[in-house]
Amino acid sequence: METGALIKLLSEGTVQTLIMTLVGTLVSYIIGLPVGVSLITTSPNGIRPMPLYNKVMGFIVNVIRSMPFLILMIAFMPYIRKIIGTGIGTAATTAALILAAWPFVARMVEQSLLEVDPGVIEAAQAMGASNMQIIRKVLLLEARPSLLNGAAVATITILGYSAMAGTLGGGGLGDIAIRFGHYRFQPDVMWITIIVLVILVQIMQEIGVRLAARLDNRIN
Amino acid sequence: MADHIISLQGVTKEFDTKGGKVVALHDINLDIKRGDSYGIIGLSGAGKSTLVRTINLLEQPTEGKVLFDGKALTGLASKDLNLQRRKISMIFQQFNLLMQRDAIGNICFPLEIAGVPKAEAEAKAEELLKVVDLEDRAHSYPSQLSGGQKQRVAIARALASDPEVILCDEATSALDPKTTRSILALLKKINEERGITLVVITHEMEVIKQLCNKVAVIEGGEIVERGSVQEIFANPKTKAARRLFFPDGQNKEKQITKTSTKRRVRLAYDEKTAHEPIIANMIMELGAPVNFLYANLDVLGGEQIGQMVICLADDKETAEKQKEYLANAGVKFTEIPEDYDFSEEHGEEAGE
Repeated sequence: METGALIKLLSEGTVQTLIMTLVGTLVSYIIGLPVGVSLITTSPNGIRPMPLYNKVMGFIVNVIRSMPFLILMIAFMPYIRKIIGTGIGTAATTAALILAAWPFVARMVEQSLLEVDPGVIEAAQAMGASNMQIIRKVLLLEARPSLLNGAAVATITILGYSAMAGTLGGGGLGDIAIRFGHYRFQPDVMWITIIVLVILVQIMQEIGVRLAARLDNRIN
Repeated sequence: MADHIISLQGVTKEFDTKGGKVVALHDINLDIKRGDSYGIIGLSGAGKSTLVRTINLLEQPTEGKVLFDGKALTGLASKDLNLQRRKISMIFQQFNLLMQRDAIGNICFPLEIAGVPKAEAEAKAEELLKVVDLEDRAHSYPSQLSGGQKQRVAIARALASDPEVILCDEATSALDPKTTRSILALLKKINEERGITLVVITHEMEVIKQLCNKVAVIEGGEIVERGSVQEIFANPKTKAARRLFFPDGQNKEKQITKTSTKRRVRLAYDEKTAHEPIIANMIMELGAPVNFLYANLDVLGGEQIGQMVICLADDKETAEKQKEYLANAGVKFTEIPEDYDFSEEHGEEAGE
């Protein structure tokens, strides 16, 4: 393959991967963040215990999380195709990513919020804070560094999923690695996509860690 | 305005645990007057933390009523309860400050919750930082403050909502003795100058002595003794009270009184009598000696309070005269039976 075509192919793939990853992460958080918060607040020791909701939601999250991403994608592709009209390419992959990632995000959020000192929540309750105020001003703010670290991990996991989706014609860097690197025996293309993926992961991790540290007032 | 700012009426709290029901509080009746600094003392597990949490309904009582300023808090909708809670502040052993907010931000927090405009809240927070002597640490985060400084921020935060009551849950138990004294002095000042009622939960007698005018002793989820601090300190009626009030005094007493067991009396004297050499006068006047077994002097709310165990004269007649003399001099005393077992009074050391 000539260098110009290769660069064009790779840059298109990188952009597709980034779009799938970022949109997928964003939407996963739009669903997973409130679910994670609700798992904390409705737990037996939470600020508004709701045992039935807590059990049911916990079960749903566990069921989806126990399916390997590729299996989940194959199983749900017919439905995704029905809803958005296509089963391949970035749009279909993004939908599958969200489906697989929101429960993961919910658990990450739950773990972060668990780190918030129950004493501080009690103090806020004693001050007459409403549950909504406790969620917004205590839980989410006190757990902010941990949530940001978690977001970096979630983004990288979703990037990994998106690359896996390439084996099913999902577009992006994974797709290129499979089609050119594997099927056409072009190890150079394979290795270049791997290097690009490694660089992307490094950048995401670095952004997450730095942001978390900068917005953490416990150490400075 | 109700006479009692806080009234607990028949408050019982049960917890369901794996091992069955545990009664943490049993039929607690407690009235706290406006302006009081009311101590609640008990050993770990006595139920005092649960008790203080029923006052602002962080713990819902299983039975009974909680009144604040004459109005029932129990049964209020959460919105109305939250409004009432703004008048009852609370400080904690572990301070419970928001780690991601600086001192000013923490003090502004209750005002923010109440919907006070930011500029107004910040002006008030600056003012309160002066009250707690921390104006130079306005923008420090809790991780940069010492324990005493954190508790000062927590006290300023507690004052921000202009409360009528501050609940202090072991507020000095995580602090060293010197810092404890300064925090207690600050709380006392707040109680005296602002007329804010304090409810002070502690396992340490020192805290009660320095800060409170009333005290209730709690043991096994029940209030076993209550009254003014002077009264109970001078004449504790229950074992639980004696155990808490003289944790090591009792131990020494036990040792010292091993040898002589006859005609022992326990004396308690107050400000007036503590200044006078009553015993010396008695010895001279009656021409009969007494044997000193144990003595201790304490300062309670600025007043000197003494405790002493002595052996009266051997012959009965003189001993009676001595008792009469003591009674006339205004010294409260109780006779200690010969077979009295001091070790029963001395339970496990108070502590977490």
